Amino acid sequence: MSDIKESPAGQERVGVYVCHCGSNIAGTINVDEVSKWIESNPNVVVSRHYEFMCSSTGQELIEKDIKEKGLTRVVVASCSPHMHEKTFREATQRGGLNPFLFEMANIREHDSWATNNKEAATTKAKALVNAAVERVVHHVPLEKIPVDINPNTMIVGGGIAGITAALELAEAGHHVYLVEREGTIGGHMAQIDKTFPTLDCSACILTPKMVDVGQNDNITLLTYSEVESVDGYIGNFNITVRKKARCVDEELCTSCGICEEKCPQKVLDDNYGAGISYRKAIYRAFPQAVPGYPVLDKENCTYFQTGKCKVCEKVCPTSAIDYEQEDQLINFNVGNIILATGYDLFDARRIPQYGYGRLANVFTSLQFERMVNASGPTGGHIVLRDGVTEPESIAIVHCVGSRDQNYNEYCSKVCCMYSLKFAHLVHEHLPEAEVYNYYIDMRTPGKGYEEFYHRLLKEGTHFIRGKVAEITDADRKPGEEGKLIVQAENTLLGIQQRNAVDMVILSSGIQARHDAEEVSKLFKMGCDYDGFFNERHPKLAPVSTMTDGIFIAGACQGPKDIPDTVAQGGAAASQVAKLISQGTVMMEPVRASIREDECSGCRICNNLCPYNAIEFDEEKKVSHVVTALCQGCGTCVAACPSGVIDGAHFTNTQVLAELKGILWDVEADVPAMEEV
Amino acid sequence: MTHTLTSRPSTLLDQVIADTPGKAMNLKACLQCGTCAGSCPSGPDMDYSPRAIFAMLEAGMDEQVLKSNTPWFCVSCYHCMVRCPQEIPITDIMYTLKRRAIAAGYYREPSQENAAEFSETFCDFVENSGRSFELGIAMRYHLRHHPLGAVKMATGMGMKMLSRGRMDITPTRIKNIDQLKSILKKAKELGGEE
Amino acid sequence: MKYGYYPGCSLEKNARAYHVSTMAVAKPLGIEFVEVDDWNCCGATEMIAIEKIPAYALVSRNLALAAKQNGSTNLVAPCSACYLNLKKVDHYLAENKQLKEKVDQALEAGGLSYQPGTINVQHLLETIAVDIGYEAIKEKVVKPLYNLRVAPYYGCLVPRPANMERFDDPEHPTSLDKIIKNLGATVIDFPLKAQCCGGHMTQISENTALELIRRLLKNAADYEADMIATLCPMCQLNLDAYQDAVNAHFGTNYKIPVVYFTQLMGLAFGIPANELGFGKEIVSAQPALDKITEEAPKPVRTRERGKQHTELPMPTQAEEE
Repeated sequence: MSDIKESPAGQERVGVYVCHCGSNIAGTINVDEVSKWIESNPNVVVSRHYEFMCSSTGQELIEKDIKEKGLTRVVVASCSPHMHEKTFREATQRGGLNPFLFEMANIREHDSWATNNKEAATTKAKALVNAAVERVVHHVPLEKIPVDINPNTMIVGGGIAGITAALELAEAGHHVYLVEREGTIGGHMAQIDKTFPTLDCSACILTPKMVDVGQNDNITLLTYSEVESVDGYIGNFNITVRKKARCVDEELCTSCGICEEKCPQKVLDDNYGAGISYRKAIYRAFPQAVPGYPVLDKENCTYFQTGKCKVCEKVCPTSAIDYEQEDQLINFNVGNIILATGYDLFDARRIPQYGYGRLANVFTSLQFERMVNASGPTGGHIVLRDGVTEPESIAIVHCVGSRDQNYNEYCSKVCCMYSLKFAHLVHEHLPEAEVYNYYIDMRTPGKGYEEFYHRLLKEGTHFIRGKVAEITDADRKPGEEGKLIVQAENTLLGIQQRNAVDMVILSSGIQARHDAEEVSKLFKMGCDYDGFFNERHPKLAPVSTMTDGIFIAGACQGPKDIPDTVAQGGAAASQVAKLISQGTVMMEPVRASIREDECSGCRICNNLCPYNAIEFDEEKKVSHVVTALCQGCGTCVAACPSGVIDGAHFTNTQVLAELKGILWDVEADVPAMEEV
Repeated sequence: MTHTLTSRPSTLLDQVIADTPGKAMNLKACLQCGTCAGSCPSGPDMDYSPRAIFAMLEAGMDEQVLKSNTPWFCVSCYHCMVRCPQEIPITDIMYTLKRRAIAAGYYREPSQENAAEFSETFCDFVENSGRSFELGIAMRYHLRHHPLGAVKMATGMGMKMLSRGRMDITPTRIKNIDQLKSILKKAKELGGEE
Repeated sequence: MKYGYYPGCSLEKNARAYHVSTMAVAKPLGIEFVEVDDWNCCGATEMIAIEKIPAYALVSRNLALAAKQNGSTNLVAPCSACYLNLKKVDHYLAENKQLKEKVDQALEAGGLSYQPGTINVQHLLETIAVDIGYEAIKEKVVKPLYNLRVAPYYGCLVPRPANMERFDDPEHPTSLDKIIKNLGATVIDFPLKAQCCGGHMTQISENTALELIRRLLKNAADYEADMIATLCPMCQLNLDAYQDAVNAHFGTNYKIPVVYFTQLMGLAFGIPANELGFGKEIVSAQPALDKITEEAPKPVRTRERGKQHTELPMPTQAEEE
C-alpha cells in the first residue's frame, strides 16, 4: 500500500462550483455557506455557487475561470455523475484542461434528496465538497483510448428484426454475418397467416426480404448454426460459430424437394408447425425457406437411429446427401453484434384449468395461425381436432399467461390485436360461426389498431369483458354435452356465464426464449426480471446494452409487434453504422494496468476478472491487462497481494485523499455537528 | 392499525386489508378481471359477485357490502384465491367481511339466510365443550329457522345416520375444558379488529 | 415411523369409517399414529367467521399440545378442513407478528405456548403419497381391486390454497389417482375431481349445496364410476348422505357409493371389509365391491387400425405416466 502523499499545498489551483439546481439542492443545503466554507481549503482559489451549473452560462463560468484565473483543477458540487459528468468534463476541456482533471461531488442524490434535515445536509455537503477537492489535486491527465472498429457485423437471429438490421447494414455497404439457429431464416413471422391491422399476408411481405438477404453479397448467411464463443470487445470481437451438419451438400443441392417428398419418416413438427402438423425427417420448414437446402434431423431419422433407409440419398438427383457431413466451426472477426433472437410462446399447459393438452379442441394462438394458413395442415380450413368438422362457435381467450402474478406479470402487448385478427379470420372463413372474445381490457395502441377493433365490433363479434375462469367439458345441463364450456363472469353485467362452444383459442403471451439467460452470458450482458435482454436505458437507449458493441432488437428485448420490431432492427443497424462510420471509438481510460516489472506472476487476478481481461504472458511470467476489455471494476486492484495493479483514476492516493477529505472534522479536531 | 399514508379516516376497504392475514394489500391492485366471480361455484347465488364486492369496497359502498349475502355464500373452495392474477387472498377477505358484518350488526338480512347464526351456534357448542356436536347444532339452528325442514331431515337422513352409528346423541366434552375456556376468554378480550 | 395424529370431530362418529380404516392401514405401512391428548375442535369454517383471535387461539391450542407431546414434529390430519386450519394458523402466525403476539397471550392464559413452525402439518393423503410412496403401497397389495372403476375426489382444501407449499397441483392433482391405480383399480380421471362439494352450505342454503353435489355425482356418473373415493369427511357426508336429497330434488337416480380412500387401501391390503368401516355409508358400497374381479381387465384399444386418420396431433402432457 502506498503512502498518502501530503497535498502539495498551494501548487494546484482548484475552482469549486456549488450548484443550486433550482431548489433541488438549494432548498435543503445552504449553498452559500458551503461555497464560502470551502474557500478555506488551501488548494481552492475560486469558489462560486450558481443556480444551474449545467446550463451554458454555468459551463461558461468554468471555462472562463480556467482561462482567466489559471485554474489547474475543477470541482463541481451538483447532481450525480450519471447526469452531468460528461457535461462538466467537456466544459473543463473547452477551458483548456484535460477533462480528467475534473471531479464531481454528488450533493443532490446523495445529500439534498436523501434528507429533509437542512443542518445535516449542509454539513454533509461540506464534507463531500472537501473530499472532492482533496481528491482532485491528485488527478493526473488521462487520454481516452482509441479502438478501431472492424466494419463487419454479426447478427444473431434471422427473424424480421435480424433481417431488417442485416439489410440496412448490407445495403449501406457493410458486411454482415447473419447467424440463425433454424435451417431457414424467417422466424415467427413466417408462421403467421395475416398480420394486423392491415391483414397483409405475412409470408408475402416477409419472403421478398428473405430473398434479398439470400441474394445480398454483403450478407454471409449461416443457417442451422449457433454461436459457440465470443471473445474480445467493441470493434474487435472474435467469434466462433458452429455450423451444424444438415447432411446436405450446399454446393450440390438444387432445392428440388424430392428427398423431402420421398422420406418415409413422419415427425411431429412442434417448431414451425406449432405441434399440429407433421414434417419429414429431412425437411425444409416451409417451401419458401431461405436457404432452400433441407436439414436432416438426425434424432428422428431412421437411418441415423437404426441404420436402415437412406431413401433420400437414393432419390437425390445431384447426390447432395452426405451422411458423413460434420459440424463446422467457423471463425471470424466483427466489430459489433446485434442480438435479435426473438421470443417463445407461453406454454399454456401451465394453466390446467384451461384444459390445453387434455381437451381436444383447445388450441394455442400459433396453432391457430398454422391452421388458418393456406399452406398449413388443413389447407387453411378452420376445423376441430378431428381434422374434418367445422366449428359453429369459437371462443378466443385473451391474457393467457400474461398480466398474471401466477405466470408473467407483464402485458404481452400483441395478444389483444392478434385476438381481434383471429376473430376477423373466423368471420371470413366461417361466416355463420359465432365468435366470442373474452378480454379484461382491449389494448389497441398502434396506428389503425383502435379502428381495427371497431371493425370487429361491426362484424358482429361478441366481446365479453371477463377473464376466463375455466374451460371444461363437464356439462351440467342439456345443450352443453359434447362441447367445451367457457366459464367466466361477464363483468359488465355482473353475471357468471357458461358458454358452450366448439373450439377455444388461447391467446398465449410472449416470453423470453427459454435459453435467453445462457445466451446473455455468452455475450456478457444481462437479462431483466422477466428474462428479456436488458437494454441500456428503457427510454433513451432501447437497443443498446450495457456492453459496448452489443445491441439488441426485436422481441428479445420485450414483447412487441412487427412495426416496432422493424423499427428496432433499423435502430440497432443505425447504431452500428454510426460506429463503423466513426471508424474509431474513444473508450474511457478508467482501466487497470499492471506494473509488470513488479508483478510476481501469482496469477490470482487472472480468474477474478469478470470480463476475462487479464492475460498471462508465459514468456515474461507476468500478468497483463488487455486495456480494451477492462471495464474498470477494480476487482484486480483490490485483490493483488503485491499491490502492483493501478486503477487509473482510482489510485490509492486519490481514494485515500478523498477519505481524508470526508473526515475533515475528525482530523482537524473541529467539533462535528451534534448527534441527531 | 391501517396502512394509509393520509390522515383521512380509514374506510372499510382499509380495515379489511388490515384485518386479513397474508398479502391483503393486493386488494388495492384488483384489476376487476372477474376471474374470482367466474370461478365461484356459489357465485350465481350471491347478491354481488366477489369482483363486484371489491369494486363496491373501493367505491366506499360499505353498507351494501356488509348487508350482502356474498361472504356468507362463500364455500371456501379457494378457486378464486389460487387463480387471482393479482394474488389477492380473496377467501380470507371473505372471512373478514363476515366478521365485519357481524360486528356492524348487518347479518340478519333475509338474503343472508341466517348463515351467521349457524356459525354462532356451532361456536357456542365448541366453546362449551371443546368439540362440535352436530345433532345439537342442527336441532338448535334448524328448529329455530326452518322447523318443517328440520323435521323432514330428522326423519329422513337423520334416521339413516343414527342407524349407521354416524351421529352422537350426546355431546362430547374435552378433559381440559377449563383451559380452553380461559384461552378463549383472553382471546376475546384481545380480539377486536385492528 | 411415528406421526402425531389429529382426528378432528368428524372422525369420532360421523366419519368413523375414515378413522377405523386409517388405523387399519397404518400398521402394514409402518406408521404409528400418536393421537394428540385432549385435542379440541379446530373450528371448521365457523369460528373464523365470528372472531379472528379466538379462532386462531382455538387452533393454536392443538398445535401447542402436539408440540408439547414430543414423539414427532409431524401432525397428520385426515380431515381436509382440520388440515387447512392447522396449516393456515401455523403459517400466518409465523408471518404476522401482531397476530402471534395476541395468540401467545391467549395461549398463556391457558398455560400453553406455541412457536410457529414447530409442527409440520400434513394431510393424511400427503403422508401416504409422499412419505410412504406409491411403490411401498403397491407392495402391500394382496387383493388388487381389479375392474372397480373409482373416481378419485379431492375436494378443495387439500389441493388449495396453494400459497402454503401444497404437495399436489391446485387445479389438477394426481396423488390420489396414483394411489388408487396402484391398488389395482381403474382410475377415472373425471374433470370435477377438485371442485367443491358445497361444504356447510347444506345447512345454510340447501338448494345451492344440492346443485354443487349434483354436478359432482353427474360427472362421476358420466364417466361411469362405480364408486367415488374421498379424503374429507365433509365431502363424504355431502356426496353420500345427501344423495337421496339430490335425487329427490332433481329427479335423478344416482346410486354411487362414496367411501374413504383408506377403506379401499385396506381392502386391497386384504383386510376384511367390516374392519374398515364398510356399511356405515348411506349409499351401499356392496354392489360396487361385488364388481371386483380376480383377473385384471383387458386393456381397451382406443384407435382402430387401418382407418384413415385425419386428426391433428394433440400436444403431450407435461407429466405423462
